[in-house]
Amino acid sequence: MVGKSGNFDEMYDADGNIRPAYADYCGWFDEQDNASLRRKDAEADESFRKTGITFNVYGDDEAEERLIPFDMVPRVITAPEWRKLTRGIEQRVRALNSFLYDLYHRQEIIRAGRVPERLFRQNEAWLPNMVGFTPPGGIYTHIVGIDLVRTGPDDFFVLEDNARTPSGVSYMLENRETMMSMFPDLFSRVHVETVSNYPRRLARSLAACAPPAFASSGRSKPTVAVLTPGIYNSAYYEHAFLADQMGAELVEGSDLRVVNGLVQMRTTSGYRPIDVLYRRVDDDYLDPLTFEPSSVLGVPGIMDVYRAGGITIANAPGTGICDDKAIYSFMPEIVEFYTGEKPLLPNVETWRCADSDSLAYVLDNLDELVVKEVHGSGGYGMLIGPTASKKEIREFRKKLEATPENYIAQPTLSLSTCPIFTKKGLAPRHVDLRPFVLVSPQGIDITPGGLTRVALKEGSLVVNSSQGGGTKDTWVLKD
Amino acid sequence: MLGRTANGLFWMFRYLERAENTARLLETGLRMALTRDVQTAREEWRSVIATSGYKELYEAENDGYDGMSAWNFILRDKSNPASIREMFGAVRTNARLARTNISSDIWEAVNENWMALDKMLARPVSQGSVGDVVHTIRRAGMRIHGALDGSMLRSDAYHFARAGTFMERADSTARILDMKYYLLLPSLSYVGSSLDSGQWEQILRSVAGARAYSWLNAGQIDARGIVEFLVLDDRFPRSLAFCRGALRDNLAALARLHGQEGASNELMRAADMHITDITIDQIFEQGLHEFLVDFMNRNAAIGEAIAQDYRFLA
Repeated sequence: MVGKSGNFDEMYDADGNIRPAYADYCGWFDEQDNASLRRKDAEADESFRKTGITFNVYGDDEAEERLIPFDMVPRVITAPEWRKLTRGIEQRVRALNSFLYDLYHRQEIIRAGRVPERLFRQNEAWLPNMVGFTPPGGIYTHIVGIDLVRTGPDDFFVLEDNARTPSGVSYMLENRETMMSMFPDLFSRVHVETVSNYPRRLARSLAACAPPAFASSGRSKPTVAVLTPGIYNSAYYEHAFLADQMGAELVEGSDLRVVNGLVQMRTTSGYRPIDVLYRRVDDDYLDPLTFEPSSVLGVPGIMDVYRAGGITIANAPGTGICDDKAIYSFMPEIVEFYTGEKPLLPNVETWRCADSDSLAYVLDNLDELVVKEVHGSGGYGMLIGPTASKKEIREFRKKLEATPENYIAQPTLSLSTCPIFTKKGLAPRHVDLRPFVLVSPQGIDITPGGLTRVALKEGSLVVNSSQGGGTKDTWVLKD
Repeated sequence: MLGRTANGLFWMFRYLERAENTARLLETGLRMALTRDVQTAREEWRSVIATSGYKELYEAENDGYDGMSAWNFILRDKSNPASIREMFGAVRTNARLARTNISSDIWEAVNENWMALDKMLARPVSQGSVGDVVHTIRRAGMRIHGALDGSMLRSDAYHFARAGTFMERADSTARILDMKYYLLLPSLSYVGSSLDSGQWEQILRSVAGARAYSWLNAGQIDARGIVEFLVLDDRFPRSLAFCRGALRDNLAALARLHGQEGASNELMRAADMHITDITIDQIFEQGLHEFLVDFMNRNAAIGEAIAQDYRFLA
């Protein structure tokens, strides 16, 4: 039950004693009998299936819709820990937004020589036609997911910034619902900050970002809609779920058209304007007139309406550049440049393979490092040195030597573990955390907790759902 | 609401009704096959397949009409676009599409039953389990309708769903009657001797009206009575008159909610007169088949007008 020596276990300390954060939970857990817990475990699976909270895996015909495995042992964060994290996340998100504004305006940070120009010029997510344009309220990153990992009692690091379209928030919500219906007694004993008001907070945050055209429209409430690529998209469940919970329309490109200079949706009583579009469609597909001409997922002419102040697009086109891992490697400089403060949440040490010194080091230490593609996501296209075969390392070395600028490398972190429930009892597994952050002119709003992803295979460090990871309910304890 | 979503709701309930009606036809066929001689049973399966509209497809794939081939074709054959598996899949796809406009009770009723059916229909269905499948479909229908009734706001979404139900139901009753109209011709029924009361009862069963009919008619079965019951009796929830009336009310509610009437309301009024002002004698005079074809054509025209009026398609 004790975490393997060498990594930090969040439930047990090195002597096998329960840490204070988990004291109440473990008190409850010890009173449960194993058979009924196992039954609940099976019920949870069934309940997720019935709700239809599934994701589609591309190129996987056999299981068209799969469940992300859910583990019923919560991941617990204390109130003081959360307060500290909150400050760090806020600082980082503020910096991200200032950085985007700067990149698309005067580019002070480049003039100051703090980040190299090639960094964004080479980036596919960079949108030159957004230069000089200010999105409504000056907000680029309306919804952000900051991926955090932990290595010790006070050691949290940012692993990734998800500023393009962070997903997974529906799991945060459904996991809590499931936990509450399975173990109501648990929640009367342990006092946990609520997450269920996230959709309301999201709706409020988006409505606060209404475009200039709304103010002069005479309508009393801005219309918010969620744009989905459609029912075959892997995250469709989440799109429908959020729209439903917010009381917003769930629209597809084919529902929308530019009418009288506004983006309007085809309702049963004619076209009606949309003020704020929470799009879950990538920039490239947003407007066939501006980007990918063959796209049918977007709206012809939406970018013109956007530039004229007729609609707010969340997140703003061009924001995706912040998901780039080469930019990530400059985040400490970026935070300091815009906030004048040292970063409260450190980055994981990162070698940019574009630098020849770093490349040499990385090539010499491939068996110990994690190497990632700068534009990659979902855990694809990366090398985990310590667990890779000699052949895999050899092949990766070739790729790395051919296009070093496509890669960054990080030390293999000894990620914290949190127990999962197995047939043989509790067993430690590595976890990460994605808190969800909302940004509007009214401020930055962070829902307490987030999505904890867990590597279900013993010893595995890969938590991505596309690669066999699961999720846990994440608790922030009340003071 | 979005036109596309309204379309999804309308078709979700049309497909549900179609799946339920097909299941009922199948159930009647099963009963018939058990109580009749082999020749009659074969005829019965032929008629069940014909009513489904895919006789050619069936015959291209099968040598003859035996129960096992017939119910597997109807339930799960991949080449049959109107198989129950396909239809229930369409119910679920449309429910996903309209997810933000249905209650979670409805969605869960659809999803759970789809999961159960998907499992049941993964392999060929044996004689021992075909009854279970049919019951699952009927229970699914009842649960979804119950959830709609008990958990949906009476907004436009509700009326689009109901319009889909009644349009499909009217169509189905008309189609079943039309398939059997030759059995109900007065000339034959008046002669009497060649009549097979089992065939008639079977028509009533396939629209779930056997009990109601005999309750109303004290066990007297005749062609005139059956046609009057299935066409004109507005107390019976599967009669043409009842479905028309219900559809009229849903369309009126939609017009009210949208603040204006459209072509669908106009066509509805004409169709309404067509059925309320007619007597059973006039129907037989005109020809039952001709009357039913006219009814189905009007139904189809109303369906198209609804799609136009409420911008189902871009």
